[in-house]
Amino acid sequence: MTVETAPETAPVPAHEHEQPAREVLIINYSGELEKVWATMILATTSAAMGAPCRVFVTFWGLQNFVKDEKRITGQNWMQKMLSFMSRPGISHRKLSKMNFLGMGPWMMFKLAKQYNVESPKALLEMAQALGVEFIPCQMTMDMFGLTRDDLIDGMGEPAGAATVIGAFSSEGAAPLFI
Amino acid sequence: MADVQVDARGLNCPMPIVKTAQAVKAMASGQTVEVLATDPGSVKDFAAWSKTTGNDILEQTADSGVFRFVMKKK
Repeated sequence: MTVETAPETAPVPAHEHEQPAREVLIINYSGELEKVWATMILATTSAAMGAPCRVFVTFWGLQNFVKDEKRITGQNWMQKMLSFMSRPGISHRKLSKMNFLGMGPWMMFKLAKQYNVESPKALLEMAQALGVEFIPCQMTMDMFGLTRDDLIDGMGEPAGAATVIGAFSSEGAAPLFI
Repeated sequence: MADVQVDARGLNCPMPIVKTAQAVKAMASGQTVEVLATDPGSVKDFAAWSKTTGNDILEQTADSGVFRFVMKKK
C-alpha cells in the first residue's frame, strides 16, 4: 500500500466544549445481512466515541437477536412457519440483493475475512461489551411469538414506540433508522 | 513513550477506533496512548474521535502506510 501524503504532526487544539456527546438511538428494523452490519458498525463506533448508544430492535430486526442455535421459534404454526422460512440468528442473515441461495453471504464473509472486517456477530459482542443497550420491541416479540429465552443474553427490558419517541423528542437522541 | 500501546495494523473500520476506545477506557486521566493503524480512513476518524471525546491528539505521523497517533486521555 502506498501513501502519498504524510500528515505531519498536526496537533489538534485543546477542546473548549465540555458537554457530553449526544446520545444515538438506532432503530434496527431490517433483518438483512448488510443492514445488521451497518447497525453494528455504527453502534460500536458510537459507544467508542463516548456517545451513549441504544438500539431499539423491531420487526425483522428482532431476527438478528434470536440465538444462533435456535431453529424454530414461535408458539403457533404461523409463527413457526415464519421462522422455518427465514432462519433467525445473526449468523444466518441473507443479503437483500444477490443472495443466490447463500452464495452471496458466503462470498461476503470471505471478503470480510480477507479485508479484516469484523463479522456482525463479533461487532455485536463488542457493542455489548462497550455498553450499547439493545432493547427488544415488545409488540414484535408478541406477534412473532418470541420469548426472552429465544433472544441472546444481555438484551435490555422490552419496550415500545413511546420509549423511542421519548428518546428523540424529550431526551434529544440522534435518530437512525436502519 | 506512551503509557499504552494499541496495535490496530491490518484492522479495518471501525476496529482501530473501537480498540482504542477499549484501551482508553481502562486508562487514567492524563495518560497517553499510542495507536498504530494501516486503515487510511483512520486519519479522519481519529480526528473526529478526538473532537468528540475530547482526548487530544498530541502527535500524528505517517510512515510507509502506517499511521501513528499519540493521544492523551482527557
